[in-house]
Amino acid sequence: MRSYLPEFDLVTPPTMPQALGLLASGEGWRPIAGGTDLMVLMNAGKLDHSRLVAVDRFPELRGIAETESHISIGAATTFTEIREHAALREHFPLLPQAASWSGGVANQNRGTLGGNIANASPAADSLPALLVYEAELLLVSVSGSRTIPYRNFHTGYKQMALNADELIAQIHLLKPSGRTVHHGRKVGTRKAQAISKVCIAATGNTGERRFRLAFGSVAPIPLRCVRTEELLTNDKLTSALIREAERVLSSEISPITDIRSTSGYRTTVACNLLREFLELLL
Amino acid sequence: MSVAKRKFSFTVNGEGKTIETYPMRRLLDVLREDLRLTGTKEGCGEGECGACSVIVNDRLVNSCLLPVAQAAGARICTVEDLAQSGELHPLQKAFIECGGAQCGICTPGMIMASVSLLSRCPHPTREQISDALAGNLCRCTGYSRIIESVEKVSRS
Repeated sequence: MRSYLPEFDLVTPPTMPQALGLLASGEGWRPIAGGTDLMVLMNAGKLDHSRLVAVDRFPELRGIAETESHISIGAATTFTEIREHAALREHFPLLPQAASWSGGVANQNRGTLGGNIANASPAADSLPALLVYEAELLLVSVSGSRTIPYRNFHTGYKQMALNADELIAQIHLLKPSGRTVHHGRKVGTRKAQAISKVCIAATGNTGERRFRLAFGSVAPIPLRCVRTEELLTNDKLTSALIREAERVLSSEISPITDIRSTSGYRTTVACNLLREFLELLL
Repeated sequence: MSVAKRKFSFTVNGEGKTIETYPMRRLLDVLREDLRLTGTKEGCGEGECGACSVIVNDRLVNSCLLPVAQAAGARICTVEDLAQSGELHPLQKAFIECGGAQCGICTPGMIMASVSLLSRCPHPTREQISDALAGNLCRCTGYSRIIESVEKVSRS
């Protein structure tokens, strides 16, 4: 049932400091960017916040900046912009790949990376990629700014280290070495327009024995699998080690049974996805 | 608490429009109800089916997910803008010739998604067409004649 329109306000202040002021005012203002999550709630009559401040056009939150060692993505960058960006495709290919999985073109033209993070669905497509790339978030408020490693951002289902007056401003990424293998795969009901049953993002550098592994839809938060990573780092990669890694992974993840899939299916497929990745490196 | 209606201005199909309404009103409803542009359809109301697709500032968007307050100042194109002086757009002709429309409810969205694709990629592959139309659902045709319609235009 649709929400009652006269109860909802949406304002578009011209500057970010004005928007931050509203978020800090204690009057219940919350940010909206592309609206591809919040408007779904609105249309279903389930949007809790009745005062929204638009943040999708502020220059401080937009743009993709590259240096020799880093790329920084503005939080209000859309999935389409991420897909189209040559340096992201070269250095962080799992991100444009995940962006191409998120809904259809119309969703990607509005949906933003910051929104994907703040909505904090454990099934979100871009979040496992951000985990394996060890992203750092820049958060801003009227009081100033702070950075937080993205791996510490999600603290529980839809719980995050983000104060009510804070906005995610930038996502900082350190470029991996050129000999890193990047692998991502999303398993869903359909090839497109599907929320994932399981999703893997992984990077591997067998020379340096450096592995980063993250999964979506296997825990209350997007999950970086550090115990599985540690096992892979300690020994030479063999078929036996891959089997052991699958065992460790199945104890590290905690998938549930829900409308999309069962915990048994998710565990089996997560292990299959891990094995598929590791066999690329054998 | 009740929010007052406000005025929002934008261009629709090349014409300046000002609408007084609630800020969270969906662009879809403003187009259909206030501007009587009923070519754009509502299918799912949650951004999954693409029946409500319009082009805003040269980008395809689902108008069921766009609050009118965030469309202020935008250039909006709907399916009504495609036929010029009584002459159908090549995509519209192709959909007729190839049988790309049955009940027609997905068709405006499919055509807008195709317009958006062809404006960026005039000769797409079949895979590129599938990717561009992935956000548009059809319950009638099984998609093959829709893809053929787009291919017909992309070949010419």
